[in-house]
Amino acid sequence: MMIKPLDQAVGSIEAMKAVFARDMKVAFRQRQDLLNPLLFFMMVVTLFPLGVSPEISFLQEAGAGILWVAALLSVLLSLDHLFRHDFDDGTLEQLVLQPQPLFLLVLAKTMAHWVLTGLPLVLLTPVLGVMVHLDGNSIAILCLTLLIGTPVLSLIGAIGAALTLGLRSAGVLLSLLIIPLYIPVLIFGTGTVAAAAEGAPVGAYLALLGAFLVLALTLAPFASAAALKVSLSNS
Amino acid sequence: MWQFFHKLGSPKWFYGIAARLMPWLLVLGLLCLGAGLVWGLAFAPKDYLQGNSYRIIFIHVPSAFLAQSVYIMMASAAVVTLVWRMKLADVFVKAAAPVGLVLTFISLFTGAVWGKPTWGTWWIWDARLTSMLILLFLYGGVIALDRAINDEKSAARAVAILVLVGVVNIPIIKYSVDWWNTLHQPATFKLTEKPSMPAEMWVPLLLSVIGLYLVFGWLACLRMQTEILIREQRTRWVQDLFHVNGGAR
Repeated sequence: MMIKPLDQAVGSIEAMKAVFARDMKVAFRQRQDLLNPLLFFMMVVTLFPLGVSPEISFLQEAGAGILWVAALLSVLLSLDHLFRHDFDDGTLEQLVLQPQPLFLLVLAKTMAHWVLTGLPLVLLTPVLGVMVHLDGNSIAILCLTLLIGTPVLSLIGAIGAALTLGLRSAGVLLSLLIIPLYIPVLIFGTGTVAAAAEGAPVGAYLALLGAFLVLALTLAPFASAAALKVSLSNS
Repeated sequence: MWQFFHKLGSPKWFYGIAARLMPWLLVLGLLCLGAGLVWGLAFAPKDYLQGNSYRIIFIHVPSAFLAQSVYIMMASAAVVTLVWRMKLADVFVKAAAPVGLVLTFISLFTGAVWGKPTWGTWWIWDARLTSMLILLFLYGGVIALDRAINDEKSAARAVAILVLVGVVNIPIIKYSVDWWNTLHQPATFKLTEKPSMPAEMWVPLLLSVIGLYLVFGWLACLRMQTEILIREQRTRWVQDLFHVNGGAR
């Protein structure tokens, strides 16, 4: 742990940086965990041409939706790790005991989660976009929507991960709780690409996605922190 | 004022009040609901466009109306749980969630039955239908989370957080699916406007909405009483109530 003892006054920002850096370091020591969501993302996308149709016209129309759903599912899959290891080895209790507000530390952890899962998905999207025959403009817009949208997925997902911490069958329960809350992000994410494909202006869509991000940034960490405290008192 | 507040938190006090309130809720509720349904289903005029098939509105609208307001009630109770740690609020959330789920299901089901003759299909991925379906998922999530946590206090607070997160999301979900796709007719009742249908139609509809509210009140009281008895089964007053431990009959 890089968090200093109580008697040394540590600013909230410093503590956030420490938590973020620690999460990155831990993640890079378990590289396979970083790769898994990406592999899952690619596999889900592969299922659609195989399962529905490899026709170029179908893939062009459905491609953005397929990539968004696949990204959503792989974020969902990775959420279980967000607090689990820290919960098991007791680090989470130490975080709760820190003098800094817990929601800021949770925000730092969530940001680390996004950098480790959401961002790689965005970076991988152009490759998969070409494979589902999206044109260059659509791919650019799709990457932009994923760039704004995946942090929202991480932030909302953190609430679910915190609520289901330490429960039996937490994985399935987590999906049940979180998928309904992901729907607006999905609608506007794919809506943006569809609008762009028709040549309509996408500014309003992007602004709304940005509004979701701001709302999630301001509210979700409080809910996650409250849920974490409940889950820790439960164990 | 504070004494009242304190009393409100006492399960025993609530148990007694509910017992006195319930017959009234049930009788009045069944009267309103019965009058509204009989009037609506048998005597209200035919719709000039949809014929008799529109009559399912007298079941569809009340259940859809209540499905949404039960969630709002649960959210208010969730705030009370988180802020004041009042046991009864949590008992209410637990008692109301399955009722809300069933009401949401009824409104979706009657909507499908109504959709077949009017739109020619059971289901359409329309905004209103989709947002009700999502409401069904939200209710399902609340119930699943409540069942998954064994400790009563943790379950209460976790469920309260989830209900509140859901209630922040409900308007967002609603507007996003509205934006996405819409076919459903606009809301039947608006507080600010005069209904657009004749009085012979909206009066029975209003009666059945009020009736269903009262019946829900009765059902919620009944389920809360049961939950209170389960939770307080070791306390003196519950055992006295059932003459356990050699209590005099």
